[in-house]
Amino acid sequence: MASILEVRNLHVAYCSRTGVASSAIVDVSFSVRPGEILGVLGESGSGKSTLAASLLRLLPASGNIQQGSILFEGRDVLQAEPRELESIRGRRIALIDQEPSAALHPTMRVGDQIGEVLAAHEYLDKKVRRDRVRQILETLFPAETERISSSYPHQLSGGQRQRVLIAQAIACGPSMVVADEPTASLDPTTQREILSVFQSLRQKFGLAIILITHNPSLLAGLADRVLVLYAGSVAEIGPTDSVLSSPLHPYTRALLRCLPPPLCGADEANRKAKLPVIAGDSPNPALLFPGCRFEPRCTDRFETCRKREPAAVSLSEGHTVSCFKFGG
Amino acid sequence: MQPLIQVEYLVKRYSGRGVLGSGEVVSALNEVSFSVAPGKTLALVGASGSGKSTLALCLACLERPTSGRIWFEGRDIAALDEKQLRAVRPQIQLVFQDPASSLNPQFTALEIVTEPLLVQRKWGTREMHERALALLERIGLSRDMASRRTGEFSGGQRQRLAIARALSLAPKLLILDEALSSLDCSVQAQIANLLLELQSSLALTYLFITHDLAMAAHLGDEIAVMNRGRIVEQGVPEKVLRAPSHEATRCLAAATPGSIVTPRMPGAL
Amino acid sequence: MRFLSRRLIHAALVLFGVSILTFLFTSLAPGDYFDEMRLNPQIAPETVAALRAQYQLDRPLPVRYARWLNSVVHGDLGYSFSYNSPVGPLLWVRARNTLLLTVTATLLSWGLALPLGVWSAEHLGGFRDSLISWMMAGLMAVPDLALALGLLLFAARSGWFPTGGLASLGFESLSPMNELRDLTLHMVLPVVVLVLTALPLLVRHVRAAMAGVLDAPFLRAAQGHGIPRRRLLYRYALPAAANPLISLFGFSIGALLSGSLLVEVVMSWPGIGPLLVEAILSRDLYVVVGGVLLSTLFLVVGNFVADLFLYWADPRIRVGPVAK
Repeated sequence: MASILEVRNLHVAYCSRTGVASSAIVDVSFSVRPGEILGVLGESGSGKSTLAASLLRLLPASGNIQQGSILFEGRDVLQAEPRELESIRGRRIALIDQEPSAALHPTMRVGDQIGEVLAAHEYLDKKVRRDRVRQILETLFPAETERISSSYPHQLSGGQRQRVLIAQAIACGPSMVVADEPTASLDPTTQREILSVFQSLRQKFGLAIILITHNPSLLAGLADRVLVLYAGSVAEIGPTDSVLSSPLHPYTRALLRCLPPPLCGADEANRKAKLPVIAGDSPNPALLFPGCRFEPRCTDRFETCRKREPAAVSLSEGHTVSCFKFGG
Repeated sequence: MQPLIQVEYLVKRYSGRGVLGSGEVVSALNEVSFSVAPGKTLALVGASGSGKSTLALCLACLERPTSGRIWFEGRDIAALDEKQLRAVRPQIQLVFQDPASSLNPQFTALEIVTEPLLVQRKWGTREMHERALALLERIGLSRDMASRRTGEFSGGQRQRLAIARALSLAPKLLILDEALSSLDCSVQAQIANLLLELQSSLALTYLFITHDLAMAAHLGDEIAVMNRGRIVEQGVPEKVLRAPSHEATRCLAAATPGSIVTPRMPGAL
Repeated sequence: MRFLSRRLIHAALVLFGVSILTFLFTSLAPGDYFDEMRLNPQIAPETVAALRAQYQLDRPLPVRYARWLNSVVHGDLGYSFSYNSPVGPLLWVRARNTLLLTVTATLLSWGLALPLGVWSAEHLGGFRDSLISWMMAGLMAVPDLALALGLLLFAARSGWFPTGGLASLGFESLSPMNELRDLTLHMVLPVVVLVLTALPLLVRHVRAAMAGVLDAPFLRAAQGHGIPRRRLLYRYALPAAANPLISLFGFSIGALLSGSLLVEVVMSWPGIGPLLVEAILSRDLYVVVGGVLLSTLFLVVGNFVADLFLYWADPRIRVGPVAK
């Protein structure tokens, strides 16, 4: 099946006003098939938000895409004219930004905000727009559709706001949605609800979803594949089960080890024991050095790791790792 | 053993204010009672809006409860006036969720930690600096970072700083209101270890408020579940999480991965 | 409703207080209207005393104030000694002239400031923004007086515009079309001065308010939805930046009667300004009190309108966080 999104050798860097360059994305390649849910696992400094913004070319002025190609539905996003970009954004591919409370306009009614997205993409007839808004809100808020539609963002709870963002994203029926930390500020029950919304969107509309998060447990049972991002590079990419239950890259292994023990394993002996941690601090994008980005904190490192970056090595069934332990 | 802090029938009501005065009354806390033994950790869990943060504010004496008693070291601090409270405040400190907004980005790390000492006016400048630097080292920030502004720190470093600030007055009780929630998973593990180490070396008592059940079960000697302003269940983590008796606990546990519990009625809360 | 009635009572109190204070200050100033006459040796002191008694200037202060209040209720607002007529109608004619200038100027300056400010904020820090900033700084540095006089000089030299006044001689005999044209020509210079002096402040505020909003997450999110740039600026960014601007607009309304005094005097525009100046100098007591009161009324109304506007425009103020 042809991919709906193909990213090849993407390099993105920021240049601050003082002239300091920091590379946020280094040689990232991956693809997404139609109807697939790709989980992007990355912590602070991994470049995950930069990746999301790059896909829609929404980088701030200080960021620029240095190299690489992003092919979305066969079209090269990086070469597109501004008008063409405006027609893709929201219509064919939508971005759900972090922080639902900040991503909604504070003084516009929710229904109107969804209507604006429609109006920007050829739904010019008022009545058609209104009906479509109601239709979308009904899928996400089966009860109290009217009330939500005429509410202002500050009148809604965190979970409701997140759903409104999702409504805006799917309003024009895109084929792909990029969700950047969609459950960050929500409590566990609401988190589960939002994640099941994503699942039902995939089932109902065949939507491809890129789900960006720093929490591995959110991706289990939801994502088809997981891409592990560290310091702007792909550490590992493969089917969710493989990556989460038998991780190959030292970073992924260390990350999964430092989660607190699951509830079913809770017992008095383990309680308040020290969790295994990854030594050192999160990577600083401004520091550029030749070797593997994870080398300073890696427990399995050897000589070559400091000298050059590992190439991606493909192991079983689409599971790829960038680590010298497996070749490269 | 005498509990360090004992809360009895705490009630907190807010009256809604619109411009035209709607006058709605919201009960954030509804006769909450619990106690924490010294040197132990009570993990307080609950969904959003269950009243956890209001409880934290009341215990830290930043909000006055509508009624009820808070016994701390033999005194009811809910009934004290501002002047008497001044002596109690250093003993109970609060660490907030978002280190980016609870720390002034223009202050240096050293200034953040010495500020509470300055307010108390008990020490000379040199002594304050020494205490602050020692504290920074203890929480894992090296001395040369002391003169950097907090705006340059990472999330984990900022949260360490917030903890250092809270510890500068040598409190007995530390209230951590979702202190780990905005951090990355690997950083959460680091800070959790730090908290455990500090608790054993400084004999601290923690009230750990979170909605992350796994972390609550890991760090807490006891878990209390809040729902709609009440504590609906309390006990050791193994019991509460493996065989919950209240529906709210059930829902929370079911939403947490790695749990064997399913809610009896989906979505009931 | 409670809100509304509270503001009305508040407004009434302010007006009341201002009237008392103005009355007090003008009365406390040494001398009165008839002092000029007293200095004139040809007029007998008895005449002066009789005149003063006739206009009741010899009565104690509270009595005079009470009589004045009474005349306010009747719409007269006291009596002008210089013009020999009730103050009310006098003020009304002059106020109309002033408003003609200031309303036009206010609309024009806001109409220019909004796009300029938005444009500046859009290109923040760039060449275009710096250009506008320098121009505005320059305008701010030039004193109103210099600007007014400079334009008058230009009018006199070029002959394109009349040098002051409201109407040319023989105005009444012109056709309506020509009347309008004549009026407009007379208005151009004073309006230009008013706009140029108000513009820098407004542009700066619009720019600052917009700049604060332009990196808001909701704007980026809307951009991510493909909302076109123009709409983003005017439908998304500007309303979100509106709060401080609405308050500023309230001040603009408040200054409708008082802001053009200098221009009116220099350019001989028969508005409230010259009337007030004259009255203060000759101690025409009731004109002064009436004029100040009218200005205060505008100020209070301006603030009130701004508050109403704010209430309407920002749902966070209007509607509480708990949805019904």
